[in-house]
Amino acid sequence: MDYQGSGIGTGVALGPVLRMPEPLPEPRNEPRTADADEEKARAATALSETSEHITARGLEAGGAAKEVLEAQAMMAADPSLLEDVNARIEGGSTAERAVFEAFAGFRDMLVGLGGYMAERATDLDDVSQRVIARLCGVPAPGVPESPTPFVLVARDLAPADTALLDLDKVLALVTSDGGPTSHTAILAREKSIVAVVGASGALQIEEGATVVVDAAAGLVTVDPDDARRDEAERAIAERRTRAEAPVTPGALADGTPVPLLANLGSAAGAADAVAKGAEGVGLFRTEFLFLDAAEAPSVEAQREQYSQVLAAFGGRKVVVRALDAGADKPLKFLNDQHEENPALGLRGLRSLRASEQILRDQLTALAEAAAANEADVQVMAPMVATVEEAAYFADLAHELGLATAGVMIEIPAAALLAERVLAVCDFASIGTNDLTQYTMAADRMLGTVSSYQSPWHPAVLRLVAEVGAAGARLGKPVGICGEAAADPLLAVVLVGLGATSLSMSPAALADVRAQLAAVSLDEARNLSSVALAAASAEEAHAAVRAALTR
Amino acid sequence: MAERTVRIASAHGLHARPASLFTQAVARAGMPVEIGKGEKAVNAASILGVISLGIDKDDEVRLSADGENAEAVLDELVGLLTTDHDA
Repeated sequence: MDYQGSGIGTGVALGPVLRMPEPLPEPRNEPRTADADEEKARAATALSETSEHITARGLEAGGAAKEVLEAQAMMAADPSLLEDVNARIEGGSTAERAVFEAFAGFRDMLVGLGGYMAERATDLDDVSQRVIARLCGVPAPGVPESPTPFVLVARDLAPADTALLDLDKVLALVTSDGGPTSHTAILAREKSIVAVVGASGALQIEEGATVVVDAAAGLVTVDPDDARRDEAERAIAERRTRAEAPVTPGALADGTPVPLLANLGSAAGAADAVAKGAEGVGLFRTEFLFLDAAEAPSVEAQREQYSQVLAAFGGRKVVVRALDAGADKPLKFLNDQHEENPALGLRGLRSLRASEQILRDQLTALAEAAAANEADVQVMAPMVATVEEAAYFADLAHELGLATAGVMIEIPAAALLAERVLAVCDFASIGTNDLTQYTMAADRMLGTVSSYQSPWHPAVLRLVAEVGAAGARLGKPVGICGEAAADPLLAVVLVGLGATSLSMSPAALADVRAQLAAVSLDEARNLSSVALAAASAEEAHAAVRAALTR
Repeated sequence: MAERTVRIASAHGLHARPASLFTQAVARAGMPVEIGKGEKAVNAASILGVISLGIDKDDEVRLSADGENAEAVLDELVGLLTTDHDA
């Protein structure tokens, strides 16, 4: 039996299925028929067993998770809660309904307190579901746990689920709902996990069944025959060999270099990126320095943080993005106005310009860190719409001592005028996530329009082509630093469109490196023409895949 | 019946971790202990009850316990509440 969906990446996985249990329905509010004392005993047992189970999980998890789980265990064993449950049972409720209502009461109380306690309401919901599952004799909802690796099959995964998922145990993700832009797909791309999403019917796959998940073909095969199994094992071994192979600089089959860089959000990931063969950093996000801060950190504090990252990369290139606040990550000291459409509001370079001292301090700190380190430091501005903005930023960066200053191309206007934008700065870096959002006029944070959010869309690719062509004419570099670069097939297309370097999460480097090495520049250009000629994102993806395997 | 009045020292009040530590200590004591703020009083072994009082730093709370050794138990609990666990 096969299930077809959209594959993320090109990996293959083979293993047993664990299913993500469905959320429990609300226990029905029907009169109790069992004896009150029996129901009370059932409830008390379920509560204490749940508490013990959660305590055991906490001991296993250790660290920060242990504290959260300990608090959850205490909630399950809470004497006031038990009193409340007992009173409800005596009032005529079933044990299930009494537990549900008692937890809901405390949940509302937590929400009413606001702030930190309100955030704990989900912890209470989780405990409530676990107790009710135990009462009903069904598996507890939430992320399954297993000591051995498994293929997770779910309807779709929410961020709260994936946060709890032990990724070391996950061989592959299969979802029946959600598309290539779902949270599951984004996670899979970022962590380079084999995944097939939107495989309708996949929820029928039984727990424990052996499956082959082939992301390149978007296919999930249940109970594979020996031939299919051997083929999968070979592909898995090949991928492991690639990941373990001595890392070489990114290049096409004909030797054309395509530097492969890392996207980083703090100094912490630098060593891992270098180990995975990152030839530098193509996007260093600086927001982490500013989030949670009431005001911008001092020049000295910033210089210290930047130096840590630069030191890890020796003499290699490090592209630092100036503070990108707004929309999904607002910063109070930059913009505390309520906006109807924050994605179209005062964000990125626009908000930095409105608080120029913050930008000056950041560039000064960066220039000082650059002077004290060997790394080839470059700086770029987020959310640039006009030629004038590009000139403003490059001039300011040069004035403050940074030799190389570029802009991110995320707004169609900047892509369409790429040649004039590039004429006044030193390089361009395309942020494909925002470029897609603005090209398709679809909020990337909004689930209801997520089907528009594919960087494979020919309209998005045409804008990339504009920038690539402009870069080639002016002899200026054009990088890609959006999620698109982490998709091996799309990476080839982007290089064909004129991208001169690709930056991605370090986990994706090995697959992209291998895919680039398999095509020449001419082939990459042909594939990009194939993609540009398509009528939709899906068609472009399918056509390129077909052309490559021909 | 032993009683105490205490001012809370923890920077984030009696929420989360300090509340866990406190209710665990009460449970270990093995006797009924009440904690009250303003007009409301709850079973001090109940983490949900303690959290529901919304106790912040510098709030004054009342403790009362009944049983053998109640004075010593309250002394220990007062020690917990006057330590800043968020420091």
